[in-house]
Amino acid sequence: MIDELQYDVVIIGSGAGGGTVAQELAPLVRGGARILLVEQGPRLRDDEFTGHELEMASALYEDGGGFLTADGTMTLAFGRAYGGSTVVYTGTSLIAPERVVRRWRVPGLAYDDIERRSRKYMLQNNVHELTPDLINDNNRLFAEGCRKCGWTPQQFPLNLRGCRGSGLCNLGCPNAAKQGTNRVQLPNAEANGVEVVTRAEALEIGDHVVTVRVTARQDGEKGAPSEWAPGTYRLRADLIVLAGGAIGTSALILRSPVSRAIPHVGAHFTCHPAQILIAEHEAPITNDVGHPKSFYLDRGEEERFVLETCMYFPFVTAKSMSGFGAAHSRFMRAFPRLQMILLLACDRAAPKNRVTVNALGRPVVHYTFLPETVEAMARGSRAAARIFFAAGAVRVHAPLANQATIERRDGEHLDRLIQARDFLPGRTSVTAAHLMGGCAMGQPHGAVTDSYGRVHSVPWLRVADASLFPDALEINPYLTIMALADRVAEGIRDDIGAMFTSGSSFGTVTRADRPASSRH
Amino acid sequence: MTDPALSSVRRTLYAIATTVVPESSTLDDRAWAEVHAVIDAAVAKRDARVRRQLATFLRLLQVLPIPRYGRPLTSLNARQRRDFLEWIERSPVAVFRRGFWGIRTLVFMGYYARADVAAAIGYGASTDGWEARGGTISTVPLAPVPWVEP
Repeated sequence: MIDELQYDVVIIGSGAGGGTVAQELAPLVRGGARILLVEQGPRLRDDEFTGHELEMASALYEDGGGFLTADGTMTLAFGRAYGGSTVVYTGTSLIAPERVVRRWRVPGLAYDDIERRSRKYMLQNNVHELTPDLINDNNRLFAEGCRKCGWTPQQFPLNLRGCRGSGLCNLGCPNAAKQGTNRVQLPNAEANGVEVVTRAEALEIGDHVVTVRVTARQDGEKGAPSEWAPGTYRLRADLIVLAGGAIGTSALILRSPVSRAIPHVGAHFTCHPAQILIAEHEAPITNDVGHPKSFYLDRGEEERFVLETCMYFPFVTAKSMSGFGAAHSRFMRAFPRLQMILLLACDRAAPKNRVTVNALGRPVVHYTFLPETVEAMARGSRAAARIFFAAGAVRVHAPLANQATIERRDGEHLDRLIQARDFLPGRTSVTAAHLMGGCAMGQPHGAVTDSYGRVHSVPWLRVADASLFPDALEINPYLTIMALADRVAEGIRDDIGAMFTSGSSFGTVTRADRPASSRH
Repeated sequence: MTDPALSSVRRTLYAIATTVVPESSTLDDRAWAEVHAVIDAAVAKRDARVRRQLATFLRLLQVLPIPRYGRPLTSLNARQRRDFLEWIERSPVAVFRRGFWGIRTLVFMGYYARADVAAAIGYGASTDGWEARGGTISTVPLAPVPWVEP
């Protein structure tokens, strides 16, 4: 038997997009609106964030962080928990580059609007720059190396409150310091009456209906049981807001009957393909303590890459390097002397790169590395190697290079040693965590939604996540997702808000009481 | 390995693991059982088709060296195993490269996610952050060179 419930608004996903929409619509609850948010992942207690690499990756990431593209040449990392990927990012809070928003050419979307909304969430999430005494050597050396190379590094604004410098951001902050939606927007939404149900996977969307499967907590799993009893539910709603991320939202539409009315879903997928470069210093540096991501070098406009400081955990570090055996082990055994840089290539939307679903309805991401993307990776690798050597490193590991280990004495020959032609998909480790596109904003003839996330030709369906991006953002995306979600929420309030502030019922849906049988 | 399809290729996996991470050969039986348990758990989360592909690829890696060396992978010496796997890693056949990347990832997962290995390589991240290193939140005297804001 399938429980059938009725809501005014159902939001799918609790990350930067869904969490923001939930918070911004929450005032409507006072006027009588019934708003539900469903999240596929679990809700963890604070003491369950242990910082143990495999344990946390398994609990917080889709496929434990090992979701592969269709041809198996790139790993995609995205969160699956109360708070979505905001639980596992580093809290970097950058406003979208103006040049990118202009290039998107989305009718009605202006840079000033994105900037204004971004600043709202910077304030709400306590975004600030770390004071110098909290910058570790891994970051300090990056900034020094950049300057010696003639580049100007910039400091990341971070959404922290009481950071203790565990350096474990990507495994979920163990000190509740990172101000993701799990710490700010979702609690706000719940406090104002939005109902949140975890371990609830949206299976399919029909006409004003979402089918959701709630799963039981397995023995040994982290997180609380779902707020609802395990089973399948049909959720009727006048408005459905999709915020399951670039992959999740696209896949949900594509496996649903509603996809017939929505062409172009899954297209425009971009992801900032990334590589981790590693350098060995002669003496130990502070690297695995302190916030891992304090500086970046934005060469997106000039050279199509961005370099960021980073510090990863032993397994992720090992798999991100090329090769194996003694040379690989030497770097790993030098862990206290390692400096790391994350290279992001600014890719562009391409027809081959898209999200589809397989026969079971599971997402499949097709991604081909375009020559210009590989060139950007090569340029970025050379720049990172220069920064390492300028900062005093004795050797560098560049995964893209034919011979990945480059000694200091060869630092003058980086143009020869790191070349795009050496990129070998399947050998060269590439990962991505900035998953964008799939439900692009734009004109009806080539896009999925308008600039307020309204799905063209499906008025009861909205999108509010990174899948809205028509092309790569060329910088860390979470703040822009929140800004767009804020805009989507505003559009919803404009469309339906008056129904609740006046106390009248919304639309044609009768708000039935939830059946007692569906509760624990 | 608990997966029946993979249990038959355990010796091949061991030969690859000790080539990919040479120092893993110093692990004792109990530690190896733990490495296998981590790999088992990771593989168990993949669908049956992927598990079969993995087992098939490991069987292929066992016999592929025969034309060149006259012996299967598990009978090669350390240098021959390394040379063979380096060839596989750079193979013009994409499926070989991808398959080896996957096995290599499983080996790294089994080995480097171990607490004793993390300690041995000097990885010391703590949930207590700076305080675990003798610093406090307000004063962190750990950087050997004072930071000067540009």
